[in-house]
Amino acid sequence: MGLAKGSPRTGFYICHCGTNIADTVDVDAVRRHAEELPGVVVSCDYKYMCSDPGQELIIQDIKEHRLERVVVAACSPLLHEATFRGAVERGGLNPFLFHMVNIREQDAWVHEDRAQATRKARDLIRAAIRRVAYHRPLERMRVGVNPNTLIIGGGIAGINAALNLSMAGKRVYLVEREPTIGGHMAKYDKTFPTLDCAACILTPKMSAVRDSRNIVLWTYSEVEKIDGYIGNFRVQVRRKPRYVDEETCVGCMQCVDACIYKDARFPSEFELGLKKRKPVYMPFPQAVPPVVAIDPKTCLHFKTGKCKEPCKEACARDSIRFDQREVVEEIEVGQIIVATGFQTFDPARLPQYGYGEFPNVYTSLEIERLVNASGPTGGQVLLRNGQVPQSVGILHCVGSRDENTNRWCSTVCCMTALKLAHLVKEHTGATVYSFYIDMRCTGKGYEEFYDRMMREGVQFVRGRVGEVRDWEMAPEEEGKLVLRVEDTLAGFVRRIPVDLVILAVGMEPRADAEAVQRMLHISRSNDGFFLERHPKLAPVETTTDGVYLAGCCQGPKDIPSAVAQGSAAAAHVLAMISKGHIELEPNTVAVLDDCSGCKTCIPLCPYHALTLNEESKKAQVNLALCKGCGTCAAACPSGSITQNLFEDEQIDAEIEETLAHV
Amino acid sequence: MPDPPAKPKVALYWCASCGGCEEAVVDLAEGVLSVLNAVDIVFWPVAMDFKRRDVEALADGAIRAALLNGAIRTSEQEEMARLLRRKSQVVVAFGACAQLGGVPSLANQFDREQILDYIYAQSPTVVNDQGARPVSAYREGDRVATLPEFWRTTRALDQVIEVDYYVPGCPPTPKLLGQALATLLSDELPPKGTVLAPDTALCEECPRKDSKPEDLSVKTFKRPHLTPMDAALCFLAQGIVCMGPATRSGCEGLCIQGAMPCTGCFGPTSRVRDQGAKALSALASSVEGKEDREIESALAGIPDPVGTFYRYGLAKSLLRGKVGHLCSDRPESIKTGSMESRL
Ligand SMILES: Cc1cc2nc3c(=O)[nH]c(=O)nc-3n(C[C@H](O)[C@H](O)[C@H](O)COP(=O)(O)OP(=O)(O)OC[C@H]3O[C@@H](n4cnc5c(N)ncnc54)[C@H](O)[C@@H]3O)c2cc1C
Ligand code: SF4
Repeated sequence: MGLAKGSPRTGFYICHCGTNIADTVDVDAVRRHAEELPGVVVSCDYKYMCSDPGQELIIQDIKEHRLERVVVAACSPLLHEATFRGAVERGGLNPFLFHMVNIREQDAWVHEDRAQATRKARDLIRAAIRRVAYHRPLERMRVGVNPNTLIIGGGIAGINAALNLSMAGKRVYLVEREPTIGGHMAKYDKTFPTLDCAACILTPKMSAVRDSRNIVLWTYSEVEKIDGYIGNFRVQVRRKPRYVDEETCVGCMQCVDACIYKDARFPSEFELGLKKRKPVYMPFPQAVPPVVAIDPKTCLHFKTGKCKEPCKEACARDSIRFDQREVVEEIEVGQIIVATGFQTFDPARLPQYGYGEFPNVYTSLEIERLVNASGPTGGQVLLRNGQVPQSVGILHCVGSRDENTNRWCSTVCCMTALKLAHLVKEHTGATVYSFYIDMRCTGKGYEEFYDRMMREGVQFVRGRVGEVRDWEMAPEEEGKLVLRVEDTLAGFVRRIPVDLVILAVGMEPRADAEAVQRMLHISRSNDGFFLERHPKLAPVETTTDGVYLAGCCQGPKDIPSAVAQGSAAAAHVLAMISKGHIELEPNTVAVLDDCSGCKTCIPLCPYHALTLNEESKKAQVNLALCKGCGTCAAACPSGSITQNLFEDEQIDAEIEETLAHV
Repeated sequence: MPDPPAKPKVALYWCASCGGCEEAVVDLAEGVLSVLNAVDIVFWPVAMDFKRRDVEALADGAIRAALLNGAIRTSEQEEMARLLRRKSQVVVAFGACAQLGGVPSLANQFDREQILDYIYAQSPTVVNDQGARPVSAYREGDRVATLPEFWRTTRALDQVIEVDYYVPGCPPTPKLLGQALATLLSDELPPKGTVLAPDTALCEECPRKDSKPEDLSVKTFKRPHLTPMDAALCFLAQGIVCMGPATRSGCEGLCIQGAMPCTGCFGPTSRVRDQGAKALSALASSVEGKEDREIESALAGIPDPVGTFYRYGLAKSLLRGKVGHLCSDRPESIKTGSMESRL
């Protein structure tokens, strides 16, 4: 390895980080060590290098001492590399003639022996000072941002984000898998804690989506493929045929009435199977778009080819289209908001609760439909035999906070359980028991709602129900479902007979979360929900630039939080659109003319940034796609790909100097 | 007829080599004559009767260019290299062994005792009942016979003396040699350290280049002598290890034209420090399987990775070999076991 090219004039700065570094590393000794190194003309320590006076030091020295390179030994580059590059740039030097050494996370915080930690710091800074000599000035690249946005999922989070963007005059493609938008919220009667009618607050927003000229709404559709990068994504959307012309159908329901099936016979998806629908149907009266759909799995035309098709005849607008085909739309967008929501826990996984075994065991979501005035029973909460329940037991934490199912708290089910306790009581006058582990009512007005429920006479029993069975041990248990529970406040095991059981099921990631994750190149946390970039400071961003999260796809949350996240994601999108361009860090690779065209690199790039130039027969890199991971540079067998800031000379110098006295 | 004094003096010498590089000079055929006309050969033990003392008699720096082939394994080779360095303005490492250590440096996987043990005792074809071993001096009466020392490792030329230029190849092609001589005799010398060959990888000039798919997805590596081969398809596409992507071009794909894959004799490009490591990482990333079992079965087709990826360059590789790690107090079985399986 050759020697550093004449040792450029280098400024070295070491940070105490209060006592974070200075407690374990002899900062002064390191500073003095640096002073002796070739090229170092300034060597300086300071309590907080990242503070304004700290940065000012660098700026002044660059001017005064005509520094050509700067090295800062401080915390993690993740935290402050940008800060110091900024200072270097303000001092008039190219910001990439700078290198940062992490002597906090990688030294002070992980060692106890002060002498050894100091020695390590000396090794690391020597390596950095040698390495930085090989740095070259680099330029950031600018690319334009397409102002259109894709939103995947039309629940309340996606709807809200779409409306925010459309309000700002930006074009949105809202892609929803179901025939209507609305998501889970569209199923509820009332929302906690205010008990305002869900439809009254949701449907105006749904209509606003339908009416917005800026929103292209594709329901019954799924995103199939995404290529590209922030500012410039290419997206393919598969639109399933609903066999009805969306442009002309007005949802008059004539076709539904006319259908050859006089009675609704097939379980309605929207009603969770609690009600039947016909092969041609509208999920619910306020569906958006207000357009019917034909289910080919049950429609006679598709099943046998022998139907008189009275629906077609009944339609005054000639909207029934049996020949409709699947369409793949190709769009270009600059940014993407993922708002695919959650699914509820399937309690059949907990056989001790008898879901599916005893007809009068329901999930909370099903009860949401039963208490709903426009639901299958017109708002009556009835047992399957049509009688009104006298007593009801609500079980919290079903499929939550449990090692055997899901470990997390689903955060909304306590409140949902309280809401349903109130509604069921109101509808039936029944005695309602609530079986909880801890009562988690942490939102605004939530604890007050809990208080109110206590006052309303809901019987709270602290304990996880062991099982729900139908065999009686006492006359009062006859014909009832018996809940066996250890009442942890009373300190003994109780048997409580009820007519109706409600399982407050938790929230889970969608079954297809992994596929969506792969398509978007984002990550998921251990629980399977999509992972935000930072749990506190970047809760709606992801590790893929230009892709944001909103709502329960990121984790369980209530409607206000889902709405807030939708708006936050929209704000991110708008900020980027107003800026108009993105700056790409130059930590990319370059393919040299010496490339032999062996193509080794091409399939390796995880971001598809490399292609073979058909004319020159050499590899070429799309810098906007390159993330600087270095895979290709490492694999290039002829050394014809170099990676900015990780050039062989730089790395070699660093390694050699680090190991110099090992 | 004495040469006019203006002719530049040239020396040729061989160290640990097979003689192929000398052949390359002869292969210039009629070209040899024009070379002979242009220069004054002052030393070429293979072809002409010069003695070491003839070289010693020259003034320092009197030789315009010395072309040394072969690696340095013995004390004599080292002495000659140093002598020629002193007498020459320009020293050229000629051929793979001088440039990179070559095949002889594969011996750096074993220490000296292992090598001598094998050659003088264990090799199946050896008959050596007296257990004779080479010694550096042998006295009989008043006569002393000497042998050069056998050093612990094989080294490339520039690990022993300063080298000005390199001509790659095992052996270098006549064309490269001709170009190298023309360059050396011209007034404009390239920067010191230059390898006198193109600096792109072989794929660039490979006649089979276009048939190489973007994604190799190798399931198993196959060995050329054990598999029927397509005469036009890229070797790697057939699962046959070809060092072309990691090897400097300039040979015009001689082996490929002879229906054999590149084995890497031209060494790496100037941008690569370790040819074997580069070839390995490129090939490893082309293996289709991701499970241990699949990877192992793919790699079963490369029984001798060192001999495959470092055939010509072990001395100049980052790890340089295994000597020093294989200490001599290791159990006999390990020493001989590994030796047997490799030879
Ligand atoms: C029983 C119950 C009662 C609740 N009651 C209340 C309450 O009273 N008050 C309150 O504040 N919170 C309540 N919540 C919580 C509330 O439901 C959520 O906070 C809210 O629905 C989250 O909205 P979202 O848009 O994130 O997800 P979702 O409502 O799940 O919407 C996601 C949408 O994305 C679509 N989608 C999914 N995957 C794809 C894909 N790959 N491509 C296209 N589209 C896709 C879905 O079809 C769906 O329309 C309750 C939750 C439950 C389970
Ligand atoms: S919100 Fe309540 S019911 Fe839901 S998981 Fe958390 S603690 Fe259990």
